[in-house]
Amino acid sequence: MHEQGFFYQALVYLAAAVISVPIAKRLGLGSVLGYLLAGVIIGPFVIGLIGEEGEDLMHFAEFGVVMMLFLIGLELRPSLLWKMRRSIFGLGGLQMIISTLVIGLISLLFKQSISEAVAIGLILSLSSTAIILQTLAERGQMKTTAGQSAFSVLLFQDIAVIPILALLPLLAMHQGFPADGEHTEQVNMIAGLEISGWVQVALILIVISAIGFIGRFLARYIFRIIAKTGLREIFTATALLIVIAIAVAMEKVGLSPALGAFLGGVVLADNEYRHELEANIEPFKGLLLGLFFLAVGASIDFNLLLERPGLVFAGLGILIAVKFIILMGLGRTFGLKGGQATLFSFALAQGGEFAFVLISFSLQNSVLTPEISGILLIIVALSMALTPLLLLINEKFVQPAVEKSTNEKSADEIELSGNPVIIAGFGRFGITIGRLIIANGFKATILDDNPDHIQVLRKFGIKVYYGDASRPDLLHAAGCADAKVLVIAVDDKDKALQILDHVTREYPHLKVIGRAVSKPHAYEYLKRGIEDYDNDVLGSSLDSGVRVLNSLGFSRYQAHRAAKVFKHHERLFEKELFQHHGDDEKKYVSEARRLSDELEELLKEELEQSIHDWDNAWDNTSRVEELRMNLEEKGENDK
Amino acid sequence: MEKNKILILYVHPSAHKSQINSAMVANIEGLEDITVRHLYELYPDFHIDVKEEQELLLKHDIIVFHHPFYWYSAPALLKEWIDLVFEHGFAFGKNGNALKGKKLMTATSTGGTRDAYREKGHNRFTMSQFLANFEQTALICKMDYLPPFVTHGSLLIKEEQIKKAADDYKKVLVSLREKLFNDEEIMKFEYINDLLH
Repeated sequence: MHEQGFFYQALVYLAAAVISVPIAKRLGLGSVLGYLLAGVIIGPFVIGLIGEEGEDLMHFAEFGVVMMLFLIGLELRPSLLWKMRRSIFGLGGLQMIISTLVIGLISLLFKQSISEAVAIGLILSLSSTAIILQTLAERGQMKTTAGQSAFSVLLFQDIAVIPILALLPLLAMHQGFPADGEHTEQVNMIAGLEISGWVQVALILIVISAIGFIGRFLARYIFRIIAKTGLREIFTATALLIVIAIAVAMEKVGLSPALGAFLGGVVLADNEYRHELEANIEPFKGLLLGLFFLAVGASIDFNLLLERPGLVFAGLGILIAVKFIILMGLGRTFGLKGGQATLFSFALAQGGEFAFVLISFSLQNSVLTPEISGILLIIVALSMALTPLLLLINEKFVQPAVEKSTNEKSADEIELSGNPVIIAGFGRFGITIGRLIIANGFKATILDDNPDHIQVLRKFGIKVYYGDASRPDLLHAAGCADAKVLVIAVDDKDKALQILDHVTREYPHLKVIGRAVSKPHAYEYLKRGIEDYDNDVLGSSLDSGVRVLNSLGFSRYQAHRAAKVFKHHERLFEKELFQHHGDDEKKYVSEARRLSDELEELLKEELEQSIHDWDNAWDNTSRVEELRMNLEEKGENDK
Repeated sequence: MEKNKILILYVHPSAHKSQINSAMVANIEGLEDITVRHLYELYPDFHIDVKEEQELLLKHDIIVFHHPFYWYSAPALLKEWIDLVFEHGFAFGKNGNALKGKKLMTATSTGGTRDAYREKGHNRFTMSQFLANFEQTALICKMDYLPPFVTHGSLLIKEEQIKKAADDYKKVLVSLREKLFNDEEIMKFEYINDLLH
């Protein structure tokens, strides 16, 4: 049944995702749990829509993790990464060392040999990057101190996987298993070549420097050429090519593709095309990760669970409890408080996807027996499946209780890259707004879809990100969820309204400042209840009008006041006129025409009147009259 | 008995830097029958809506000019506001009776101490001498000018003094609203906040 080809498989996976994820989200369980449960259901042990091919699928879908780390890298500037060094190497390093030791010691109690104990300790000390980051991001907890600490630990684990891969075959030798000649082959097999250690180190350095050099200096020129083709799919292809090329290069030199993708992301974090890259990779990452979770769910070996439930559950309980306690201790030592410490500990207290790789690797190298491997696999898979559930329990019950008892707030957020202002469109209109904001010490994320423009502005030290701001995915990547203000400064009317409609629906918290290019365009803003828009030429036209009045004999102040009155009334009339417009479009158009003639008349009158209106207070006519009358009265009395 | 309605015209060009005045305003904002208008927020370009201001004046019984004491007077926007809003024929003149019988009060803060505002002090004149033009303006507009609410020494003010000023301000305004003060009694005091102690 499973051999019916690609479309059949795609049908099963997509249907499983589409059905289960919305239900899980509805129930407040989050998407990760939804995927996992769907995986269990379609897996070989429940309805069996997929069988053993699930394992190949898992290896393929693991690429989603690579993409995820690339995206995370994009949001982390090198300077920020440098700031995290203490938590990456301190917290991450200690977590691995202590967890390996404790889990290894417990394995000895289960009558494992020393080398087996070391292997199990190393394998189980790792946590699941995919599950943790996806779940935390979905719950908006990535930017909390707990989220950042968890990320540091995961990053260290990614780095640690490489030495572990080198170490495992040595354990086999130590154990006296027949592994002659095999181990050197294993170490360097990763490169696919017989090479010496020094050459490999040199290769690694070359590849990493190449990523750095290309990302830093060449990428923007390549992107510019691609962007100028105006073909979106070619940009998407380029984005995918980058990630895949990095992954392949890293694998060739024996490093973790995820780590390489992360570095690639960090290098490109300052690039003008960053948001466009993000928007392009995001859907692939999402789908692959979903597939990965499905595969994890499907891989849980329920036969083994039924055969040896005691051992599996004991192992599972011990694994989570031990990791949790160690993480709590470390979290506290590294300054995590109250609910943040429990969030951090629950998040990381499971086995990870690297365990699958390492377990099969250990099996090949005869470090672990098939029996132990099977049990480890199911423990890891179950612990991963439990994580979203544990985080849910933490959020609903544990964290509130801890915070109540210790009175410690956990809302201290770290700014990753979120600028408070996003400016969509950086032409004649947007540029002045941007300069004003930046000159006053605020940071703005600027979007424009003209590659030449970006190039020119770069020379003047202004960073503009490439992309069409009317695309929802790009607005999201630019950080609409975290920003305070969005300036719609594009000159295309329809695009402006498209952006407006999208952000008012998706980001109700966001304050929108609009650019109206014409009167009908202004009404479109009013129709949507937006009063914070400006006619894009009104201000400068009035400035010139003031000069004209001044040349005609008005004093400068008089001319200045006249322009202010005019502007004030212009806005009032615009709103009034808008009131008249009905829903029927034809009627609206004719009405608008009629009213625009009327407006002209009214403006003329109003202006004549208001010119006298506004300097009433400085006008002495009425006082002179009153004084005369008083004097006359007095004169009459005197007579 | 009908309560007094109070209109606070808060005139501070750099309210974000003010400790004492922000605290005072924050303490009374939202109180019943007290309207607070931040003039520099409403008219950043000095383009005052005279009609609206006049209508608001008609709806209130007590007008408070609340501002820091700049060069022995109010910040520029208040002067502009008075120039434009207290029109002949509205606020003064034969037919200008719109403000008749209302009360006007100044609430202000000075950097100098109370001792500096004495005839032999650093500033050589008292607060009521400096405020004479507001007093006379009130008189011409047929209003009663109440003793001012003054906080001195705002440059080196401490947290508890700020809190006290804010509380006193609220007490004075609520008492005025509820008509708890004796009109003749009030006029004996140099500052209206002295009445509380």
